[in-house]
Amino acid sequence: MAEIFGIPAAALYGQLLLGFINGAFYATLSLGLAVIFGLLNIINFTHGAQYMMGAFVGWMLLTYLGIGYWPALILAPIIVGVVGMVIERLLISRLYKLDHLYGLLLTFGLALIIEGLFRNGYGVSGMSYAIPAELSGGVNLGFMFLPLYRGWVVLASLVVCLGTWFMIEKTRLGAYLRAATENPTLVQAFGINVPLLVTLTYGFGVALAGFAGVLAAPIYAVNPMMGSNLIIVVFAVVVIGGMGSILGAVVTGFALGLIEGLTKVFYPEAAATVIFIIMAIVLLVKPAGLFGREA
Amino acid sequence: MTSVAPSTEPLLAVRDLKAWYGESHVLHGITIDVRPGEVVTLLGRNGAGKTTTLKSIMGVIDKRRGSVRFNGNELIGLSSRHIARQGIAWCPEERGIFSSLDVRENLLLPPVVAPGGFTMEQIFDLFPNLKERLHSQGTKLSGGEQQMLAIGRILRTGARLLLLDEPTEGLAPVIVQQIGHMIQKLKTMGFTIILVEQNFHAAATVADRHYIVEQGRVVDEIANAELEANMDKLHRYLGV
Ligand SMILES: Nc1ncnc2c1ncn2[C@@H]1O[C@H](COP(=O)(O)OP(=O)(O)O)[C@@H](O)[C@H]1O
Ligand SMILES: [Mg+2]
Repeated sequence: MAEIFGIPAAALYGQLLLGFINGAFYATLSLGLAVIFGLLNIINFTHGAQYMMGAFVGWMLLTYLGIGYWPALILAPIIVGVVGMVIERLLISRLYKLDHLYGLLLTFGLALIIEGLFRNGYGVSGMSYAIPAELSGGVNLGFMFLPLYRGWVVLASLVVCLGTWFMIEKTRLGAYLRAATENPTLVQAFGINVPLLVTLTYGFGVALAGFAGVLAAPIYAVNPMMGSNLIIVVFAVVVIGGMGSILGAVVTGFALGLIEGLTKVFYPEAAATVIFIIMAIVLLVKPAGLFGREA
Repeated sequence: MTSVAPSTEPLLAVRDLKAWYGESHVLHGITIDVRPGEVVTLLGRNGAGKTTTLKSIMGVIDKRRGSVRFNGNELIGLSSRHIARQGIAWCPEERGIFSSLDVRENLLLPPVVAPGGFTMEQIFDLFPNLKERLHSQGTKLSGGEQQMLAIGRILRTGARLLLLDEPTEGLAPVIVQQIGHMIQKLKTMGFTIILVEQNFHAAATVADRHYIVEQGRVVDEIANAELEANMDKLHRYLGV
């Protein structure tokens, strides 16, 4: 059997793939957080719960309405995004003139409420969601076996991340968003509806979390706490990449997933902490994050 | 205070405008009239309230009282976005060029609010420099080019009343002259302009009337034709 640095090659590739998949979730989730933070200046602590809602809505669509994976991949993010917009209009929008801390407390409290509601309704054991038939099985790449669904997760996340980057950096709507991030007063004085832009942006960032949730449903059990475990790591990713940087969120997300995977191979004891160690180092050396603009 | 305004109906009528930054009361009653096609300046020392007057007309200051009528419509209760949609455009003192947008995106940012705005070609005729720099980051331009960008982008919108806050501030004399010519040209095209200027010599070449602002009040009004005769008074007001 082939070995690399004394590690069986198949095990190495397997962990790299796992790292890449985790990286895909880190990237999609931290991208949503970065988009929201950029315009709303709010650290959306509800993000993990909204990711969980995505998975749950996907599961509910299937269980109660017989709506399958592919439509759910579109519908669930929209539903979660709309719920997010309602929350933004009713609650978050009242906090923009107050200290950041209030937004943090509100979104954290909302996460607890949402997770509590789902735990009440569905318990903590978790439900399974079948991999869609088209994507079951896998292909032998010669050097490793690639389960099709995992390849799909990476591909779909990459496409969504790149699409988001394109929309923000290259379109008219994206220009509004970037401008409003810099100087909302002036953008509003040009006649642009900034509050609407803010609501849509929050909805979009939340929909990204919902999308990641649907992608995750067939891999991890659909369970009310699935977001709260993940989101801590995602916040570390956002801190490392730099708050508010779009490309930074995506690149850092994938890179840290890979680093985590490699650590599992070479020094498994550190796998759970490596991201936080990197976060500490980055905070010491470059407090604004690797891709962040120095304030 | 003698009224020297021509007798047409004003396009913009500001009455007893008061404004606050939080608890700090800054405007104590500004009253001005601007008729269609006029260029009117606000002159006054630093901190007199000229910028705040423009901001209050534009609606970017939350706490304001009094009356601002534009085309007969009351603006005082409206948000800045609705005021802009009525056909008023503001070029702020700090220019407000967006660093995350390139020159082209900066130009295209303000939505068109009325027909008859400049085409991109007309903007480039007025400011040829901008055409060469379309894909540069907005804030990478020189100060003069940034000012041209800040004015150029509001000409696209079709707004007929322009609020220009110290467009020549900190610029080289040759650029100041270019901006003076530009304002002259806008005037002949029928734009109505409120111009805040420190440099009243430059303003005198284009303005019809001057309002003197002192401590949040309009304390005098001088027709441009009478500027020479009022030089002593003006120097006293401006402390120059
Ligand atoms: N954002 C602000 N907050 C509090 N006070 C302000 C603010 N901006 C301006 N002021 C005060 O309001 C007064 C008028 O300022 P301004 O309108 O900028 O004057 P001008 O444009 O004539 O130089 C000044 O005393 C200034 O210190
Ligand atoms: Mg000023």
